[in-house]
Amino acid sequence: MVVRSGTNVAQERRRGRPVPISLTAGALLVCGLVVLPIAYLLIRSAEATDQSWDLILRGRTAWLAIRTIGLAAAVTATAGAIGIACAWLATRTDLPFRRVWAVLYALPLVIPSYVGAFVLLAALGPRGSVQGWLEPFGVDRLPDIGGFPGTYLALTLFTYPYMYLIVGAAIRGLDPGLEETARTLGRSRVDVFRRVTIPLLRPAVAGGAMLIALYTLHDFGAVSLMRFPTFTQAIFLQYRAAFDRTPAAILSLMLVAIAIVIVAAEQRSRGRARRYRIGAGAGRTIPLVPLGRWRWAALVFSGAVVGLALALPVGVLTHLIVRGLSAGVPLNVTVGAAGNSIVVSAAGAAAALVLALPVSILVARYPGGWSHGFERVSYTGYALPGLVVGLAYVFFTANYAPAIYQSLPLVVAAYVVLFLPQTAEPLKSGLLQINPHVAEAGGTLGRGPGTVMRRVVLPLLARPAAAGAVLVFLTAMKELPATLLLRPTGFETLATRIWTSASAGLYSRAAVPALLIVLLSAIPLSALAGRLGVTELRGD
Amino acid sequence: MEGRRRTRLTLVLVLATSLITAACSSDDGTTDSTSSTGSAEEGASLTVYSGREEEFVAPLFEQFEADTGIEVDVRYGDSAELAATIVEEGEGSPADVFFSQDAGSLGAVAEAGSFAPLGQEILDRVEERFRSPEGLWVGTSGRGRVAVYNTEALDASELSPSILDLADGRWQDRIGLPPTNSSFQAHVAAMMLTIGEEKTREWLEGLVANGVRFYEDNGATTRAVAAGEIDVGLVNHYYKYEVEAEDGSLPIQNHFFETGDPGSFVNTAGVGILAGAADAEAARTFVDYVTGEAGQAWVAEETWEYPVVPGLEPSVELLSIDRFVGPESQVDLSELGPALPAALQLLADVGMV
Repeated sequence: MVVRSGTNVAQERRRGRPVPISLTAGALLVCGLVVLPIAYLLIRSAEATDQSWDLILRGRTAWLAIRTIGLAAAVTATAGAIGIACAWLATRTDLPFRRVWAVLYALPLVIPSYVGAFVLLAALGPRGSVQGWLEPFGVDRLPDIGGFPGTYLALTLFTYPYMYLIVGAAIRGLDPGLEETARTLGRSRVDVFRRVTIPLLRPAVAGGAMLIALYTLHDFGAVSLMRFPTFTQAIFLQYRAAFDRTPAAILSLMLVAIAIVIVAAEQRSRGRARRYRIGAGAGRTIPLVPLGRWRWAALVFSGAVVGLALALPVGVLTHLIVRGLSAGVPLNVTVGAAGNSIVVSAAGAAAALVLALPVSILVARYPGGWSHGFERVSYTGYALPGLVVGLAYVFFTANYAPAIYQSLPLVVAAYVVLFLPQTAEPLKSGLLQINPHVAEAGGTLGRGPGTVMRRVVLPLLARPAAAGAVLVFLTAMKELPATLLLRPTGFETLATRIWTSASAGLYSRAAVPALLIVLLSAIPLSALAGRLGVTELRGD
Repeated sequence: MEGRRRTRLTLVLVLATSLITAACSSDDGTTDSTSSTGSAEEGASLTVYSGREEEFVAPLFEQFEADTGIEVDVRYGDSAELAATIVEEGEGSPADVFFSQDAGSLGAVAEAGSFAPLGQEILDRVEERFRSPEGLWVGTSGRGRVAVYNTEALDASELSPSILDLADGRWQDRIGLPPTNSSFQAHVAAMMLTIGEEKTREWLEGLVANGVRFYEDNGATTRAVAAGEIDVGLVNHYYKYEVEAEDGSLPIQNHFFETGDPGSFVNTAGVGILAGAADAEAARTFVDYVTGEAGQAWVAEETWEYPVVPGLEPSVELLSIDRFVGPESQVDLSELGPALPAALQLLADVGMV
């Protein structure tokens, strides 16, 4: 039962084994999809003249890199800490209304960052609603939250649920026997947490941190509204203001390089330790940690997080709709757009799930140079702005595959490129918690690897698969730049409806589709997160 | 077992909703796309890439369809992103017409060689300063740059006839502008062309020294002026009306800079026909329409912008376009595109973007 340093014998032994051809083929397909945008960027960078290199090198590229990486680090640290705290509160404590909180903690994930940033500005701006309430007390204006503070706040509030969901699922997947054994061996509760629980959760924490960091790299909504220059903002500016795709391509390649470093760091931190149980387990209820006096602090913390990240956006959106209605602005209810959003996002989720599976299995079961390479490449799309991936696919399909240009399958393919890690990460964590001997036992009973996969491994993966699919579904519901570029002409989603009205300055009309995204995404997410608050555990 | 059942329930739920909505929505958006390719025998059809906002121009397209019988598929997007799309599409572009918000995006497409020349007859309708000198695109409506100010915070007489005076120390912490917005950047590029890079840089540095506040776009800047967050905002002239349409009347007013001042500048929305247009005839009909009587009457009556054919006046009380920019003092809009990278670099140098 040595957990921390135990070498994974099964994996060691497997290293010499041939990788099934189907896995390699699947992973190659994924890499192909992701490599297209990178190839496009290389083609465009190759057109660089001395002048554009001068622009890149003389310009503030190093300054941009420091700001981008600094923002990603700050957001990842804070959102990660909030997410882990929420995960622990929801799964292991006697926090009052724990099962309700378990759902509420996750819901800010459904708020698009451009909506969230807009709402924070409307509420906390120098002359925002909060200033209005404070006016009687002589507060004439509040300090500007634009720039770093606002960007940091918005991205932290709307990304911490990634950590919460992944770590929460990992805590629930833990074998309480491991911790109990350590306790019976005389270790204190703190000691057990430090020496047993944290190492067991390390892959989940690293995975959550990577998702948050990569999300921060590609976000455009919050950085543009809050006006904090990052690589992604600079890339958009090059396209929108200077009509110059060469510097944009070079900046995008730098973003890819940063992403590869982050993914590699996550791979290193994962290490080779074994994190599954060897013996048979028994179903039980895990004892909850009594919070005692700390329950009030925990309630205040939870209220503040959920209040800012969920209640405030929903409140402001509702206020905008009511104000618009009273001013006679016609409601902007778009049933068709809602249907389109759900269809294309669900298709994206399904495709990402199917394509993430080979990558995750390779990484979890056949670790090594090749599989880590696949993983690094397949994750880089997640760090690229949607505009770049969109234009890359415009270039390749309009010129070489006109039949699928501006079609729904193309939008779905772009979603796979943009969001694959969101489903690959939960799958990988899930696989790492399954004892490979379970599968080997199937093999010794005379079943082929395909049958074992279908009958043994996949059923055990149902939970992480659902989590991954829901994450992609939510993110696709919010996606705008790639959807705008690649959709069939006239195909509207809720996100494009928000954009249509907001770009015309009609915020009360934009609020209706925004609220619809929130409500429709909340349904599958609540089902997913609700499980985290359930106390009964059973042995696998 | 409860956990697993819930997982399956979630999956089933997602799939079921998607199937149901797929069934319901099949006649909603998806058919639009298929009909666009297969309806050729029914009558002419046209694909327009529109950087102009759907909320404003959709009625114009409907009116065009009703008047001409030509079916239009409109693909909406950001003007600059659509220009980038057309350039990437190259000869494979499905677009027949590009209807852009600003001259910069039209210039980018023209420079890539993707526009076909327009006929002289259409070009001649529009004032020379609102069309491409090579005859590749033509303006459809004028969008002027103004200073919108809060009428409770200051009197019109306090504002100087020159935009350059906004760098004066007495405007400390009172001015706002949208530095990443393409209208503002085009204006900076125009200033560089008229008064030179050095003077423009000095002015921008003066604004920065004055603690100028930054906003996401023209609308946000105008709203900040209305809320009293700042006293003066540098925006396009019609945002006052746009914001008031949603928020009711507000304490804001437009200040026009003096004719001939670098502050008085009118950009233009416009159209061009793609060289590879599948139906060049229908495309020509559309350009004819928006620059003709019906299209310009629509600009004059239904929008707050300036018509670009002589003799028509805008719907709201605006300074007439001749007194605004003067007949001579306008920069050549086709030179804006090449000047934009330098403008962006200048804005970066002074720390605005």
